[in-house]
Amino acid sequence: MFQIRCPYCGPRDEPEFKYGGQAHVAYPADPEALSDEEWARFLFFRDNARGRYAERWNHAAGCRRWFNVIRDTGTHEMVGSYQVGEQPLDAR
Amino acid sequence: MDPNEHALHNAPFLWRTPEPKSTYGAVIVGGGLHGLATAYYLAKNHGMTDIAVVERGWIGNGNAVRNTTIIRSNYLWDESAAMYEHALKLWEGWTEELDYEILFSQRGVLNLAHNLHDVRESVRRVEANRLNGVDAEWLDADGVKEFCPIVDVSPDARYPVMGATLQRRGGIARHDAVIFALGRACDALGVDIIQGCEVTGIDVHDGRVTGLQTSKGPIAAGKVGLVAAGRTSLLTAMAGFDVPIQSHPLQALVSEVYEQVLNCVVMSNAVHVYVSQAHKGELVMGAGIDAFNSYAQRGGLHVIEEQMSAGMQLFPHFSRARLLRTWGGIVDVCPDASPIVGLTPVENLYVNCGWGTGGFKATPGSGYVMAHTIATGEPHALNRPFSLTRFETGELIDEHGAAAVAH
Ligand SMILES: Cc1cc2nc3c(=O)[nH]c(=O)nc-3n(C[C@H](O)[C@H](O)[C@H](O)COP(=O)(O)OP(=O)(O)OC[C@H]3O[C@@H](n4cnc5c(N)ncnc54)[C@H](O)[C@@H]3O)c2cc1C
Ligand SMILES: [Zn+2]
Repeated sequence: MFQIRCPYCGPRDEPEFKYGGQAHVAYPADPEALSDEEWARFLFFRDNARGRYAERWNHAAGCRRWFNVIRDTGTHEMVGSYQVGEQPLDAR
Repeated sequence: MDPNEHALHNAPFLWRTPEPKSTYGAVIVGGGLHGLATAYYLAKNHGMTDIAVVERGWIGNGNAVRNTTIIRSNYLWDESAAMYEHALKLWEGWTEELDYEILFSQRGVLNLAHNLHDVRESVRRVEANRLNGVDAEWLDADGVKEFCPIVDVSPDARYPVMGATLQRRGGIARHDAVIFALGRACDALGVDIIQGCEVTGIDVHDGRVTGLQTSKGPIAAGKVGLVAAGRTSLLTAMAGFDVPIQSHPLQALVSEVYEQVLNCVVMSNAVHVYVSQAHKGELVMGAGIDAFNSYAQRGGLHVIEEQMSAGMQLFPHFSRARLLRTWGGIVDVCPDASPIVGLTPVENLYVNCGWGTGGFKATPGSGYVMAHTIATGEPHALNRPFSLTRFETGELIDEHGAAAVAH
């Protein structure tokens, strides 16, 4: 079980959180202009790298806010977390 | 020397451990069940024997022997029913064909319904299965009690049982025996099984695959099949394209050994637990995936706890059973809970992945169609719908209801 640092509430146990997948996936600026291939990539393709990964978590049983975490998918090391609107480098 | 120990040290090996040749007609990356089954059918059905299976660990170290071994074919859509039913028919002949005791036991699989939605979805699936020639029955709560007496079907249960689907031809098999059987069969057909050989690069020239970089040196290959389950994304990245899978931990557990009390497989999608009892006597229970991405082959204990608490409600008999061991594998989950088997943007490079939480049951069918695809350069009719391009065309095969977490 992970300990996850909510940027608003501090470190809490994993069952308090819901996972939200890859972070920083922006909605297409001009959806009408996308080809089928580009839509497929937006809808169905997410990074699946081994190593440091920026991902979203929601503190569902706490403050209920979304935030981002940098975690290593190979080792499960929790590198840090940061608020929506901040950048991965801000993780702590 | 103790005769048992003597026998152990002098036991004949089931397969050779050759060094890789510099070139092969075809190389299969991944020595799990699907990779070995692919090599087996390439040799047996298509006469290709200049082939190798390269495996970074030892064959069967991955999901092949971490699964809960449930076999069934009662999927909703025509494409899946055809694929999984083909596999089930092959399972029915495999013990004889491979001449190895794989303990394939068609003891029946129950999928419980706990609410009105479950009931409707299950009855619909039973009808769809029958139209596709897949054996399927709907049991009411009394029928469930009769078929599996230790399930708690009392109306005030935490998860009331309103009925279940039953596939009598479903069941379990001994997964490590299947690895042994396939390893021996491949080897006997001339396939080189190369263990401790990690693929670290894929050579692509003019849009065509020409070989592999491995921890045992370069290997040239006319054709390459990627059959690497949870690690597939890492391999396709080496060849310059992506697959829409996410790799998640999936955990399971066994209890200590008990007398036989459970005569069939019982699954419940709604409460995320599935149970059978191994021939030796351990209760084998599986959970849902851990939500996050991972390559670490382990998950959180709270997932196991949740699953056990659901198991306890359904089977009050198990309340004093003791946990022996838990483990995790890394499963390759597709957005529509269906696999990807077929061509890739790279010529002569084929991919077989995305079986996620439920590929054990598909082993023979998966190998069969993958071998056809590699040998002929064209998908078999059964795997044509399971293409990588379906995510662009929108022809998804949404099996979340039949497959999602349960198997
Ligand atoms: C806990 C759990 C329970 C499950 N329960 C069921 C069930 O009840 N019923 C069911 O139908 N399915 C079940 N499954 C799913 C099933 O196990 C998988 O879908 C299936 O085993 C995948 O095929 P495989 O055996 O070929 O995969 P694997 O055994 O994972 O084979 C992939 C192989 O590729 C190798 N590899 C990866 N990268 C490289 C590389 N770069 N170079 C060389 N080799 C490489 C790996 O080492 C591995 O041996 C379960 C899975 C888990 C984890
Ligand atoms: Zn919080």
